[in-house]
Amino acid sequence: MTQTRYYPTRSPEPEKEKTGGGGGGGGGTAMRVIVPLQGVVQGRGGLVLGSIIPCALFYFLQFYLKRNRDDPDDQNESSSPPQNPTTPSPSSEQLTELPALTRSLSRPLLSPRNPSGPIPISGRVSGIVKGAESPYYIGLRRIKEDPYDELDNPNGVIQLGLAENKLSLDLVKDWLAEHANEAILGNGKELSICGIATYQPFDGLMELKVAVAGFMSQVIEKAVTFNPSQIVLTAGATPAIEILSFCLADTGNAFLVPTPCYPGFDRDLKWRTGVEIIHVPCRSADNFNLSITALDISFNQAKKRGLKVRGIIISNPSNPVGNILSRETLYSLLDFAREKNIHIVSNEIFAGSTHGNEEFVSMAEIIEPEDIDRKRVHIVYGLSEDLCLPGFRVGVIYSLNEDVLAAAKKLTRFSAISAPTQRLLISMLSDSRFVQTFIRANRERLQRMYVQFVAGLEKMGIKSIRSGGGFYCWADMSGLISSYSERGEVELWDRLLNIGKVNVTPGSCCHCIEPGWFRFCVAILTEKDIPVVMDRIQKVLKPAN
Amino acid sequence: MRLVVPLQGVVQGRGGLIFGSLIPCALFYFLQLYLKRHRSPNSQSNPPSPSASTQNLAEMSRTSSRSNLLSRGSIGPVRISSLATSICKPNESPYYIGLDKASEDPYDRIGNPDGVIQLGLSENRLCFDLIEKWMLENLNDSIRGREGGDLSISGIASYQPLDGTMELKMAMAGFLSRIMGGAVSFEPSQIVLTAGATPAIETLCFCLADHGNAFLVPTPYYPGFDRDMRWRTGVELIPVHCRSTDNFVLSISALDQAFNQTRKHGTKIRGILLSNPANPVGNLLSREMLCDLLDFAREKNIHIISDEIFAGSIYGNEEFVSIADVVDSEDFDKSRVHIVYGLSKDLSLPGFRVGMIYSFNENVLAAARKLTRFSSISAPTQRLLVSMLSDTRFIEEYMVTNKKRIRNMRDLFVAGLEGLGIRCADSSAGLYCWADMSKLIPSYGEKGELELWDKLLNVAKINMTPGSACHCIEPGWFRCCFTTLDKEDIPVVMERIRKVADTRTSRS
Repeated sequence: MTQTRYYPTRSPEPEKEKTGGGGGGGGGTAMRVIVPLQGVVQGRGGLVLGSIIPCALFYFLQFYLKRNRDDPDDQNESSSPPQNPTTPSPSSEQLTELPALTRSLSRPLLSPRNPSGPIPISGRVSGIVKGAESPYYIGLRRIKEDPYDELDNPNGVIQLGLAENKLSLDLVKDWLAEHANEAILGNGKELSICGIATYQPFDGLMELKVAVAGFMSQVIEKAVTFNPSQIVLTAGATPAIEILSFCLADTGNAFLVPTPCYPGFDRDLKWRTGVEIIHVPCRSADNFNLSITALDISFNQAKKRGLKVRGIIISNPSNPVGNILSRETLYSLLDFAREKNIHIVSNEIFAGSTHGNEEFVSMAEIIEPEDIDRKRVHIVYGLSEDLCLPGFRVGVIYSLNEDVLAAAKKLTRFSAISAPTQRLLISMLSDSRFVQTFIRANRERLQRMYVQFVAGLEKMGIKSIRSGGGFYCWADMSGLISSYSERGEVELWDRLLNIGKVNVTPGSCCHCIEPGWFRFCVAILTEKDIPVVMDRIQKVLKPAN
Repeated sequence: MRLVVPLQGVVQGRGGLIFGSLIPCALFYFLQLYLKRHRSPNSQSNPPSPSASTQNLAEMSRTSSRSNLLSRGSIGPVRISSLATSICKPNESPYYIGLDKASEDPYDRIGNPDGVIQLGLSENRLCFDLIEKWMLENLNDSIRGREGGDLSISGIASYQPLDGTMELKMAMAGFLSRIMGGAVSFEPSQIVLTAGATPAIETLCFCLADHGNAFLVPTPYYPGFDRDMRWRTGVELIPVHCRSTDNFVLSISALDQAFNQTRKHGTKIRGILLSNPANPVGNLLSREMLCDLLDFAREKNIHIISDEIFAGSIYGNEEFVSIADVVDSEDFDKSRVHIVYGLSKDLSLPGFRVGMIYSFNENVLAAARKLTRFSSISAPTQRLLVSMLSDTRFIEEYMVTNKKRIRNMRDLFVAGLEGLGIRCADSSAGLYCWADMSKLIPSYGEKGELELWDKLLNVAKINMTPGSACHCIEPGWFRCCFTTLDKEDIPVVMERIRKVADTRTSRS
């Protein structure tokens, strides 16, 4: 079986023929089996390929193994000598007397040796602790130290980097002022402490699921119904995404994420799950719209690197750009996912914050209940953005895959919503008059802010991509950066933060492939703030112009 | 490990040909075959490889993929992760089966007198009246802010620090030292708040151990540890068995043995996970024992996680000593000590989902703070708790009443069991009786224990937690949580147990 063929040439063409159709799509990846020692046996050349290479590899492999094995030994060995004298041999009956003995023994033994250094923490979080901070988080911290306030701190930093909607906070406030008490404790008459103090289902109360399902349909403004039994509630959309990541992929697997994307994905998807993210670059020439071709290329490249791709994660409406995926694109995505047999996670957290005339199509609308593909589609939602309640920490997983639902339900033990908050939300979301008014008013205000902000930027000659949803304005400031690179971009960001005192998110945090793009969160401002922001930006730009 | 130098046999001419050349070459050959095999499915799925320019590809690949799909057969179901595959099945542990059963058909004296009586869930319902009263009086002010008029909405609606507000940390620190009799003071900046003690434990586990590492856990232990510590972290739990002859008190020699055995298997141990007061037994670790444990941990250079969630539910005369107290008073390395606490037991608020990590290790705190993004407490709840915990008069009254009531219930429950000839382990804290029912089991083994558990659940309609769910090494022990009961329920429980006991004795 071994003495088949040996090709002295390395050109890819004959290789392809030889491996009989196994030729890889990327071209040139077909593998040729090098028969060891064949050079020696058959007497023609190939000594290097047949013997020296494998032998050298084997040699290094041993080195590698040796090195990796030493490590734990060293650490544990250093502490092992003192424990031998104390190893207990007597029968378990007498063991109770031993602790005193071990103690007296171990103490003197310890003192001559140096303490074994600081105690290590786990490898997986040491990166989290040390990791260099991205501008995104530096900016957020600066805000915390010196927040702008029209009256109290007019020279503070203006926050345009956090995804928060303060436009309709007053509506929520009014509602809470009126209803908070009875919402938590029942109708005032019959108070049910058992309903909030005792253990509740970790994946959320059924009443709240029903209310959330209703809210989601209302927000989408279409005849899409969400089945409450397919909802799992979590303490925020962040854990919802992480739980899905735990459910869909194993350590070392990968997800495709079109860029520019939400900067938090790097934490949510990867930190604890050990999953990798493969960025699929979208470009300004296409208005940062996703193309299936780019997906396909990234998918193949990942495969070539030996990564198993388990799914695509899209944001719709997209964060930061604000694009809304067309029905056609969603169908193509589904085709692509089917062809590759992978999952689709659709983050629709801005579904209720659409403000253009474009139609928003939820993945839930595309997928029919009997569709075999329903098992690969998962939707993430939350109340942080659409209901202005990030402090409440309410996230939603909506999935049609029973296994994923069952697993996610069990994982909510690590991330459940507090019962008083659930009660509060049940009454808030069931108050349909409030919900209707809120959604309408919120959209209007968002639209108004967005238009004003974009107009302000345009006056300074800064163009932005037309957004159909979300809180952001995705602006092209590439003409204003000192060098067309990430460095130039971060420099401008730094000047905006420290001179202009506005905190924005540079495109590099969103893994945008083109430098010079910035994300401005407009929903966090009041109308009065806009001229201030524009002035400050203008101030920064002047020297560059 | 001896290094085998490849080709040395050939070069030096003495033997070793097999070691030096044939083995590596053979290995290399198989490696290639392996790689080849694993790559081929990939290459088959790629026929419509895109080569045209980027502009007009969107449609092209779509049409080609469609037609390709039709020609090929449909693919199997989409895969989910191995974690999800293993946990999506229904619960198999008696602990969870019992809980489910009891929640489907809960006992109610009037409404459902034939329902299942829940003794398996650790919940304290003895003082709900006090909490209810407080809420009625204070809820309004606490959520809206003291002034009542101007609701500071942005304080609850907008983003808050994910690891908890400083106000709540301070309130928690005060509450903790209060329940520990003022012996220890807790530093609010060393507190990280999480949505329940469960994520607190998991977060610590992520911070202290890597995949494949292990923790030593004295048995019998809380059945939930198997999920909290292992599921997502990939960490192993090594049971360290404690025995009834010692009243289930931990011994350092048993720890040491378990440590050495585990090491021999090549598993790295990163820490000890303690419950103090112990769940399920309810005994306390003495100051001396805590010192020994700290010595042990230093000697092996490992961490200690001390789960002190029952610290405020002490009803015996024994004094509770927190590990924070011990490291404060003596010269120990603090950086390896981490405490877990929560309000689910001592303040009877499991529905609020409030847990905390208290650590002396800056790195662990930094990492844990960042990980709270996955498990933070809702802001309205934080508000509510800040005022509740700061109301010292209420807390004082609550603590005293709660201890008294737990003690009364326990005395009644233990007396009832003793009337049936069932002995309980000595305990001075917690919400449980750890009862020795080994006389009632049909065969001395786990099978016998589960048979009795099954009979109790399905015939007598009582859900208890069998010792095997707590990894107890001796069969026949059961954990009964008595704080979910009313006093009037106790005779009912005893009657139901008696029935099971009688069928056993009449048969034998």
